[in-house]
Amino acid sequence: MTLTLAALGPALPELLLAFSALALLMFGAFVGPKSTDTVNGLALAALFAALVLVLLGPTDATLFNGAFHVDAFGRFMKVLALLGAGGTLAMSVDWLKAEKQDRFEYPILVLLSTLGMMMLISAGDLIALYMGLELMSLALYVIAANNRDSVRSTEAGLKYFVLGALSSGMLLYGASLIYGFTGSVNFAQIAEAAREPSLGLIFGIVFMFAGLCFKVSAVPFHMWTPDVYEGAPAPVTAFFASAPKVAAMAVFVRFAMEALPNVTHQWQQIIVFVSIASMALGSFGAIGQRNFKRLMAYSSIGHMGFALVGLAAGTEQGVQGVLVYMAIYMAMTLGTFACILSMRRKDGMVETYDDLAGLAHTSPVKAFMLAVLMFSLAGIPPLAGFLAKYYVFLAAIESGLYALAVIGVLTSVVGAFYYLRIVKIMYFDEPAAPFEPMRSEPRVVLAVSGTFTLLFFLYPAPLITAAAVAARALF
Amino acid sequence: MYDWPILSVVTFLPLVGALLIVLMIRGDDEVAKRNARWVALWATLVTFVISLLLLFGFDPSNPDFQFVEYQAWLGDVAAYRMGVDGISLPFVLLTTLLMPMCILASWDAIQHRVKEYMICFLVLETLMIGTFSVLDLLLFYFFFEGGLIPMFLIIGIWGHGRKVYAAFKFFLYTLAGSVLMMLAIMAIYWQAGTTDIAVLLKHDFPEGMQYWLWIAFFASFAVKMPMWPVHTWLPDAHVEAPTAGSVILAAIMLKMGGYGLLRFSLPMFPDASAYFAPFVFTLSVIAIIYTSLVALRQEDMKKLIAYSSIAHMGYVTMGIFTLTQEGIQGAVFQMVSHGFVSGALFLCVGVLYDRMHTREIAAYGGLVFRMPVYATLFMVFTMANVGLPGTSGFIGEFLTLLAAFGRNTWVAFLATTGVILSAAYALWLYRRVVFGALEKESLKNIRDVNPRELATLVPLLFLTILFGVWPQPILDACNVAVNAIVARADVAAGAIKAAALVLP
Repeated sequence: MTLTLAALGPALPELLLAFSALALLMFGAFVGPKSTDTVNGLALAALFAALVLVLLGPTDATLFNGAFHVDAFGRFMKVLALLGAGGTLAMSVDWLKAEKQDRFEYPILVLLSTLGMMMLISAGDLIALYMGLELMSLALYVIAANNRDSVRSTEAGLKYFVLGALSSGMLLYGASLIYGFTGSVNFAQIAEAAREPSLGLIFGIVFMFAGLCFKVSAVPFHMWTPDVYEGAPAPVTAFFASAPKVAAMAVFVRFAMEALPNVTHQWQQIIVFVSIASMALGSFGAIGQRNFKRLMAYSSIGHMGFALVGLAAGTEQGVQGVLVYMAIYMAMTLGTFACILSMRRKDGMVETYDDLAGLAHTSPVKAFMLAVLMFSLAGIPPLAGFLAKYYVFLAAIESGLYALAVIGVLTSVVGAFYYLRIVKIMYFDEPAAPFEPMRSEPRVVLAVSGTFTLLFFLYPAPLITAAAVAARALF
Repeated sequence: MYDWPILSVVTFLPLVGALLIVLMIRGDDEVAKRNARWVALWATLVTFVISLLLLFGFDPSNPDFQFVEYQAWLGDVAAYRMGVDGISLPFVLLTTLLMPMCILASWDAIQHRVKEYMICFLVLETLMIGTFSVLDLLLFYFFFEGGLIPMFLIIGIWGHGRKVYAAFKFFLYTLAGSVLMMLAIMAIYWQAGTTDIAVLLKHDFPEGMQYWLWIAFFASFAVKMPMWPVHTWLPDAHVEAPTAGSVILAAIMLKMGGYGLLRFSLPMFPDASAYFAPFVFTLSVIAIIYTSLVALRQEDMKKLIAYSSIAHMGYVTMGIFTLTQEGIQGAVFQMVSHGFVSGALFLCVGVLYDRMHTREIAAYGGLVFRMPVYATLFMVFTMANVGLPGTSGFIGEFLTLLAAFGRNTWVAFLATTGVILSAAYALWLYRRVVFGALEKESLKNIRDVNPRELATLVPLLFLTILFGVWPQPILDACNVAVNAIVARADVAAGAIKAAALVLP
């Protein structure tokens, strides 16, 4: 089979990202440190161009003998991943400059990581999955240690790398088992061959899921999350919390739905366990935290648990729930990190949430937006976070997973406690010293995500419909 | 009826007022404060006047929902449906009536962050009216739960003492009760294929499922009512909230629980309701006696009234689960009447608190010498709280006790002791605060009620007496709707009896 250039059309956004990353690397290497601003701007432009191409591109195509799927599901998740990457990159420029951590490699690594995510989302076989995952993760390991003079940042990078390598190994081992027992690496063919589950296949699934759980930071593979979130520079943490989560969740869903639809019963109980454990740990673990980034790490563990509730249902309704959840989670996370990035006093950044004391007096609009995001993360109607939870639990109830649903909503009440505490600190406590005024990029991100979260319920139809269309693509 | 969406207008007009405050009023000086107060007052007054149109357009003989509105919203999952019947209309009017009084009660008492305070109250009004007038299950949950956010802020920011503790307890308690209801709503959606309340009221749920759904709904409404033993958030929230917050909590938010039981539990799960009725009777009787005894020992006026509210809600749940015409009508009446009386009592405490900044009963005594008008008003509301014939408090208690007597003599007997106990704690409170010698130095210069306070208390006084001697309007309004509920309950009871006859 000859591959003409035109046949590569569906992969145009990925190609664009790959070429721009390489070109920018050359540019940066030759021009030197003073190229940082230009590289930042061009990287943002590349992400934006990729977003446009994804939106305009075809919704049904298969490349490389089924290794690369372009479909509505992939498009939905790619848009989310690109928005997350673009949003966090835009917010990080000023921050890194102020902290003297601006290097031209940073945007390039973000581009490469995003490229990995896009390939991951589109992966149609195990090899493409592994390639995408490694491209994404290797770039992430490096930027976790972006602040290379800081012990905590390098520790975060190293910890992330060692544990990530371990999980990659497990994933690879699982993939080889699956290949060995089904005779194929292609998802569709695995599904055909896996009609009768064998012990080896189940072992393979367990190892694969362990690797994927690590990437979405679900319990019991979550240990890296709090340390890495706390140690990495704040914009990097924002990036970790948004785009890679979306990509990993996408491949998790696609793998489970496309390769293992006939052995649902075998993997469903794993997901149910992981989901319950994540929701519980995310809720209880966050109570004792004082560092806002570390709190967000536990919060994201909990939220991945909620998203996995939809996957545990294993139905089209469930996948739709996961998609809606990830979209709303992205919006809330970006907004929250926009606030964390602007917690700057005259003598530098602060990170504990006690520093937010009395924010409602010093900057009422920001406090209001953050309060909206916190209530939404807690899942209180009428905010977007409630509808996100509603859709995943709706799927769980449909599938008869009552115990999962009951435990899930009860942990969300526990989780509400620490989100409320942030509202309490901002609104009930006496004001602390005010923060420096917010930069324009975080301000825009916060305004957009806060408004989206607040008013989503007025006109939810577009997102819900898009998620329904995307979910249908997998069935 | 009207060719414009009157229910939506009533529901969202306060929100428009809140938006006006957000957009138009800048700064934090005296002028801004005054403007915020006036905008809030006018918004609530206009809402009240428009809501009166509902009263004129309402046809009490029509068993269907009236002023119905429909708008597509979430596809199959939910839609924007509005409508009222004889059960919800009294609560909508109660809400719109009490809101202007709450704004007036906060006129001088709230001096910091006035703008935010008024916004919170206006948003809360929208959410409360919405709770009583939506006809979609998911949307009901939206309004029901959404009300937690402004109330959390009202208690936490403008409360007193241990306000943070009270705000958290209120929020988490109520949320924990409600999330199970959310799951039940989902299960209902999958079972019946819709969240349209009008359709669901006629849907027959399988009996086994009814029990679980009933428990899930009851968990939510029992916390909200609140019923013993999940009432402990209420005394804290009431005591620490600002006066107007206590009024809203006691007069309206507690009614959401009773309204929910009437709207959902009884008609949708008739078998389960009949099955669990003895359980609810037990809890109600314990609540009536236990909380009355607790009220006797309180040293804080607000706490005493809070416990008395729990006791009065005990009559409501008892009346509802007699599943008879008198019992349910009595419960509706009792809720409306308690809305006037407990609201007025909290306003009375607020009058004293604004002057003396203490709610300790021991800090007062002999007020009748300095505040004769106040003493008169307070006395009427105390009597209404006791259930004196001629006040609205009597009708509700009498009807619910009458119905309970028909069901179970012991329940009626034990609940009636609550009437005696309520006379004991209410009159004792009145004696300690108003009578006795005026000995305390600090009280010698206390002023009597001013015109603004009169404006909040006199309308309630008028209504308390009016409905005490002429209860017909409320009983007529809910008559047909209650009829439908009782008919369904009777069918279920008949089915149970028939099964019992076949089985042995």
